[in-house]
Amino acid sequence: MTTRRDSMVFWLGVIVFLAAVAAMTQIVRNEYPFFAGYVILQFIALAVAWSILGGYAGYVNFGTNAFFGVGVYTAVALFKAFGAPLAVQIAAAAVVGMLLGLALGLLTLRMRGIFFSIATIALAIIIETSVMNWRFVGGAAGIQLQRPAVMPPFDSYVKMLCFVQALLVVIAVGTARYIQNSRIGRGLQALRDDELAAECTGVPTLRLKLLACVISGALISAAGAPAAMYLQYADPSSAFNLNYSVSVLAMSLIGGTAHWIGPVLGAIVLGVTQQLLAVTISSEVNVLVLGIMLVLFVVGAPKGIIGLLLPRYRLRAGGKP
Amino acid sequence: MTLLTPEPPLLRIGAVTKTFGGFTALDNISVEVRKGERFGLIGPNGSGKTTLINCISGALIPQNGKVVFCGEDITELPPHMRARRGIARSFQIPRPFRSMTVVENLMVALDFTVARDVAGSALPERDAAMSILTRMGLASKADAPTETLSQVELRKMELARAMAARPKLLISDEAMAGLSSSEVDEVLDLLISLGEEDVTIIMIEHIMQAVMRFSERVMCLDAGKIIAIGAPEEVMANQRVQEAYLGV
Repeated sequence: MTTRRDSMVFWLGVIVFLAAVAAMTQIVRNEYPFFAGYVILQFIALAVAWSILGGYAGYVNFGTNAFFGVGVYTAVALFKAFGAPLAVQIAAAAVVGMLLGLALGLLTLRMRGIFFSIATIALAIIIETSVMNWRFVGGAAGIQLQRPAVMPPFDSYVKMLCFVQALLVVIAVGTARYIQNSRIGRGLQALRDDELAAECTGVPTLRLKLLACVISGALISAAGAPAAMYLQYADPSSAFNLNYSVSVLAMSLIGGTAHWIGPVLGAIVLGVTQQLLAVTISSEVNVLVLGIMLVLFVVGAPKGIIGLLLPRYRLRAGGKP
Repeated sequence: MTLLTPEPPLLRIGAVTKTFGGFTALDNISVEVRKGERFGLIGPNGSGKTTLINCISGALIPQNGKVVFCGEDITELPPHMRARRGIARSFQIPRPFRSMTVVENLMVALDFTVARDVAGSALPERDAAMSILTRMGLASKADAPTETLSQVELRKMELARAMAARPKLLISDEAMAGLSSSEVDEVLDLLISLGEEDVTIIMIEHIMQAVMRFSERVMCLDAGKIIAIGAPEEVMANQRVQEAYLGV
């Protein structure tokens, strides 16, 4: 239940968060914190976006990498063809992600459970193969990109990208929070529990699932779009890397999917751990740690971090408490 | 039968046929249910009772025939559209929304069939849900997770959730199966009292005393065909009903 006071606290938090990121871009000289921070923010946005379909509706999308890669390559194509600015790249990626979500939803949302998940994997493979054979954006060899001049007040492109990704996090969290508190959220929760009972109680299940798929897809693609400029390089096997799907899934499950804060916490915990490990040991250890943490949480805290912290969400997370 | 006012029926099933592969579950069924009627539906297992109400509530679409509700052809409508037009049901095996509390279960129905207001209306909506729960004798369980409910409480919650959608037609699919005889009376009293306030009720039931006490009219199905329809005593006395159903 959301009250006016909750909303004020939330939006105040958002303002403080954005102001802090903006202030840091002006004060901190070293670029590295932004380089690492970008990745963590990106995963927060991805995990929150994923959980709209995967958590609220309970349709496990294994094709996060498809939406992510589509975001990257929309940005690449527009940049190469028209030199489109970053904001246009992101907006276009959101639209393409939306259309992809709609197409995926119409084709597959009549399937249940594991069949839907398998279909999303197939989608990722199909799109990756198509991009590999698309010469204009570099094909399988990938493409180098030259960043344009940075816009003031930022003094480096990475700092600007970090702030942009912070904005995308706010959009994703704001959207997820709105859905969770509206009757759309209750309808998704109902259809996750029992689709037939939800239909017979008046919930337009197909329409709500499509909506969740479209919104989730748009947000994932939008969060992926700046990665092209971040890496100054794009190639299909890294843009469509299955690691994105696995990481985002793990982050959402570790955080808990019943409340938008869950994927945020999960992405912070896993994202920070991964960044620390990448610096101290090696980036290959990441995957191992991800697997271990997932096992630990599945056994020790099946409702994720929020299940531990907020007992009243234990029920909402579904299954047996 | 002559009625004083030739009121159109609330529900008209017109020559409905439903087959699953080579098996005919419903064979050319035609029946009308009047507004405000308490209608009992009986028949042996596999006779097509649940298939018929699935065709009414929209979980199944018949191959042939028409379902007309309040003068509107709803044969092809998805279940949620029918729910909004006033058809609510309970399930043979209770299907609660397990991740929600009892009152939240009802609020799904309020959200999607009655209330259109999105934000800021949580409190009056809760009040509406609470008043239904009070009627059903479930008010003390409002904030309990559905998993903690007993069988009879689950049955009542399903009826409460159905009632929250403000139905014109309530279909109760064996709401009394597996209950003790005092619990059967409890649920039956509830259904009868609902019937008194302008809700038309179709009740599927195996418990004969319940059917006899509840129904104004009874229809007996066997192998997808209507073998008898009429006043409860008449139907019970019918020889084919006794052969098919009572096994006499």
